[in-house]
Amino acid sequence: MPVQCSNCVQRRAVLKRPKTGHSLCKDCFFWAFEEEIHQTIVSAGLFNRGETVAIGASGGKDSTVLAHVMKVLNERYDYDLNLLLLSVDEGITGYRDDSLETVKRNQQQYELPLKIVSYEELYGWTMDAIVKKVGLKNNCTFCGVFRRQALDRGAMMLKVDKICTGHNADDVAETVLMNVLRGDIARLRRCTSISTASDGEGAIPRCKPLKYAYEKEIVLYAYFKKLDYFSTECIYSPNAYRGHARAFLKDLESIRPSSIIDVIHSGETLSIKEGVKMPVQGTCSRCGYISSQALCKSCVLLEGLNRGLPKLGIGKHHRLHGKILAQEPLTEQEEKKLKAVDF
Amino acid sequence: MKCKEGTAVLIIRVNDAFCRSCFKEYFIHKFRAMLGKNRVIFPQEKVLLAVSGGTASCSMLSQVQEGLSREAPKKLRFVPGIIYIDDGGACGRSAEERQRSNALLKSIFTETGFTYFIVSLEQVFSLPTSVLVPGTSDPDPSNPSYKQAVDQYIKEKQTLTEENVASAVAQLNIEDSAYSPEHKLALERLFSSMKTLTAKEDMLQTLRSHLILHIARENGYSKVMMGDSCSRLAVKLLSNIALGRGAALASDTGFSDPRYGDVVIVRPMRDYSSKEIAFYSRMFNVPSVFISGLDTKTHDKASIQRLTESFVTNLQFDFPSTVSTIYRTSEKLHTVMPPQSQTAEPASKCLLCLCTLDTKVGRLYLICLFFHFSELYFRLPSHQDLKTLLCYSCRLTIKDMVSLRKAQNSWVQSLRVLHSSNSFWYVVDDMASQQCPAVSHVMSYKTVFFHLFL
Repeated sequence: MPVQCSNCVQRRAVLKRPKTGHSLCKDCFFWAFEEEIHQTIVSAGLFNRGETVAIGASGGKDSTVLAHVMKVLNERYDYDLNLLLLSVDEGITGYRDDSLETVKRNQQQYELPLKIVSYEELYGWTMDAIVKKVGLKNNCTFCGVFRRQALDRGAMMLKVDKICTGHNADDVAETVLMNVLRGDIARLRRCTSISTASDGEGAIPRCKPLKYAYEKEIVLYAYFKKLDYFSTECIYSPNAYRGHARAFLKDLESIRPSSIIDVIHSGETLSIKEGVKMPVQGTCSRCGYISSQALCKSCVLLEGLNRGLPKLGIGKHHRLHGKILAQEPLTEQEEKKLKAVDF
Repeated sequence: MKCKEGTAVLIIRVNDAFCRSCFKEYFIHKFRAMLGKNRVIFPQEKVLLAVSGGTASCSMLSQVQEGLSREAPKKLRFVPGIIYIDDGGACGRSAEERQRSNALLKSIFTETGFTYFIVSLEQVFSLPTSVLVPGTSDPDPSNPSYKQAVDQYIKEKQTLTEENVASAVAQLNIEDSAYSPEHKLALERLFSSMKTLTAKEDMLQTLRSHLILHIARENGYSKVMMGDSCSRLAVKLLSNIALGRGAALASDTGFSDPRYGDVVIVRPMRDYSSKEIAFYSRMFNVPSVFISGLDTKTHDKASIQRLTESFVTNLQFDFPSTVSTIYRTSEKLHTVMPPQSQTAEPASKCLLCLCTLDTKVGRLYLICLFFHFSELYFRLPSHQDLKTLLCYSCRLTIKDMVSLRKAQNSWVQSLRVLHSSNSFWYVVDDMASQQCPAVSHVMSYKTVFFHLFL
């Protein structure tokens, strides 16, 4: 006997919702999914009327669904937002160039203006070249740091008020777990906020409207709505530390589906003792970007790459900042430590 | 490595080699340093040692024995008692097995010469409601600080004749392993009504701590020592995050746990990795009894706690600093205390775990979303009253208990059961007479729990 939809009871159920286990028909599922995102946006007060918002689009399922849902909700509830797509080209052959084609198609489908910024033009290095120098273990650090700055630079070029990214519930939960495993207290405190603090000058605030949406539901939504997205994962990702946290999270989800939200809830409610050393926000003395050290991370990483010392950005190196700023050559011992390991 | 004389017999962490006597010294020193640094145990205080029979708690027991037997200035200065909770009823062990392990433990305890209590978990059903109300911690201004207390004690010692610690043994040792069959049945039904092992383990933990708390209160013990090791606590931290207990992380895994008010839980073994404890108990023949628990011999994905344990152990293999990093992270957390003001009400606590409720406005929309949408589709009586009494993770545990079919049973049936029995759940009758904030919700609370027994 076919199961009826739990909500409307009229239509036949076509899927079982991963978050709650309810059987739903297509329309009720779409409605539930979109409603939850709408509630997230409204109760967190993410947007104000008349703002220009850049959607970080990579061509993958999260950003495609985000673009689609933002467009739908913008019209349905009259947010009065000016939406546009912003994409970053890291220069990974076989992955990024294909996904960029998808973004270009998205631009036509949703009729939103598109801007692409690339690592090549901003930094002079593509990810492929970086991996050749650094190896397979620490390359995600480079990609992440560069991408963040690239997004901000692109947004400043477009003069937008806010950036929104397609980080979903699984991403935030993985980040919480990863930060606990790595002992990163500063990030642990900040990673569950739905939007970054805007301090007025410089940084453009960014938010995560999909913060409470499960990855599985995003996939289901994209599948049933027949959205066009690119579904291969980055070719360098299997060796990342995040993979361990992800495997753990997936197992947790199989035991108890609500664990993902539980982890996020724990991350939101935990509090740090006073007196624990926290980084203070300042600006980079070389490029003017926001930073907690004298030199921002991407300047340090770039310096390392340009000098042939790829390990410069990995690990602790505060004492070397002064030397780098003053353009002094590093001693031989320091150079030896920072060179890439032969493999 | 340390004395550079003896041959090393074991390696701790990555490259610390110890000879036998240095290791013993290191182990003992760590215990005393932990107690001394934190300064929460006052002289002549009564401290209850919670022993589960496993190596960690038995090592703790032997450390305490060791500490109490040293020469005067360095002697540990408190009065210990031992408590062991027999949870065979919840774990499904037979009566003969339980008798056997109880006897083994009894012999270990009598050898130490301390007062001991062997209590079975079924006793939890005859506890008074006061267990769920946190006692007030003593803000008595005349209470001396730690240093003053120690000085005073030393002065007194010099004038009076030394009291023999062994005289404390003359007190009766309680072995209360008898339990009534209806309690046994109630316990079994309680645990079989929970579908997932995760919820069972959580509930077992809660019941155990309530029982320990009660025994401690009744017999005048103001501190309880738990034998959680570093590795165990790292696993506990991660699994608590997965269970949604972020707000209480610091008290669940920190050195001292003040949530019960008058009884403080301390964890002196939290600096020892399981490896160190295992080596010590092997090399120095610490007597311990292996007692199978709820999650013995279960596969990796049986419960969240079990999964976390295997995850951390595997990760530790590739990244040897995992456990210590997690431990350091837990040290930097603290429990959220809502702002204290004279006129405001004391913050409401969760009914089961006695932590401050973490579901206030601000996070509320998230909780609302989740429960609201699930109820929207199911049109159930929403047990709204019960939910407001519990913190986020206790709600999840209870949610596991109340299965769909049972929740739809009629009100009338449950009332009939209510009248025919005295009190299944220890929170029931006395609640109305106590100063408990949940008085108005007693009726619906009772009814929900009785669904279990229908």
